[in-house]
Amino acid sequence: MAIALSDAELVHRCRAGDLDAWNELVERFSRYVYAICVQGFRLSDADAEDVYQEVFTRVYTRLDTLRDDSAIRPWIAQLTRRLCLDQRAAGSREQPTAEPVDATREQVLADLDEAFAVRDALAELPDHCQEMLDRFFARDESYRTISSELDIPQGTIASRIARCLGRLRESLEGRNHPASPSSG
Amino acid sequence: MAHYSEERLGELLGLLRPAPEGWALAAQELPFARTSLDGIVAQAEQDAGFRKQVVADLEAALEHQGIEPSPRLVEELRRRLPEP
Repeated sequence: MAIALSDAELVHRCRAGDLDAWNELVERFSRYVYAICVQGFRLSDADAEDVYQEVFTRVYTRLDTLRDDSAIRPWIAQLTRRLCLDQRAAGSREQPTAEPVDATREQVLADLDEAFAVRDALAELPDHCQEMLDRFFARDESYRTISSELDIPQGTIASRIARCLGRLRESLEGRNHPASPSSG
Repeated sequence: MAHYSEERLGELLGLLRPAPEGWALAAQELPFARTSLDGIVAQAEQDAGFRKQVVADLEAALEHQGIEPSPRLVEELRRRLPEP
């Protein structure tokens, strides 16, 4: 289990031109930005990709304007939301599948913030737990696939998932602010 | 202190799915792409012949620098090139 840099440390290193830190920053926020686009704003994949790349372009070029390095997550969230709205206003290449009402959208975005905090806690668990939970819940892999990929008996997967969820819950419940910005 | 059921944890873990393949990689290559783009623009400002060559084939100019000529980068290069 690698010790993750805090958001503030990551931003600091990115500003100093550390390419590994930039790769890590993209990796850390990639799913979050994608989820805001497709779940919060129901953008098509084509429109979501435009927004996604624009978000990271602006993060890269405007990192110096961020006043509080630990506030990178809310900054990225705000940027993504604004660009999603712009994209919709400009007329998308494809019609969105549905138009969520504002209240629904706000609930989705709040859930995504909570999900980000959960992933943050997940990163503190042993690698095998991270792998198991991510494959099952975020990648929708079957027991059969997980068994084959990780070379573990299929019959033990359910109990391993339950154990790892228990560890994740303990980790989260030990935190004071479960939905606070990521590890900053 | 928040309490999470296993079901809720599973739901939350399922919300943050990986972006489609290649998206993160393209974003990770931004620093290199931007440095290369800056180099092309700077040379074009100094050298009219080079500028003409770049304008004639923007995608080739990017590829020559080892950059994947995405529509976004091609458009940015077109926009940033100096007027003749």
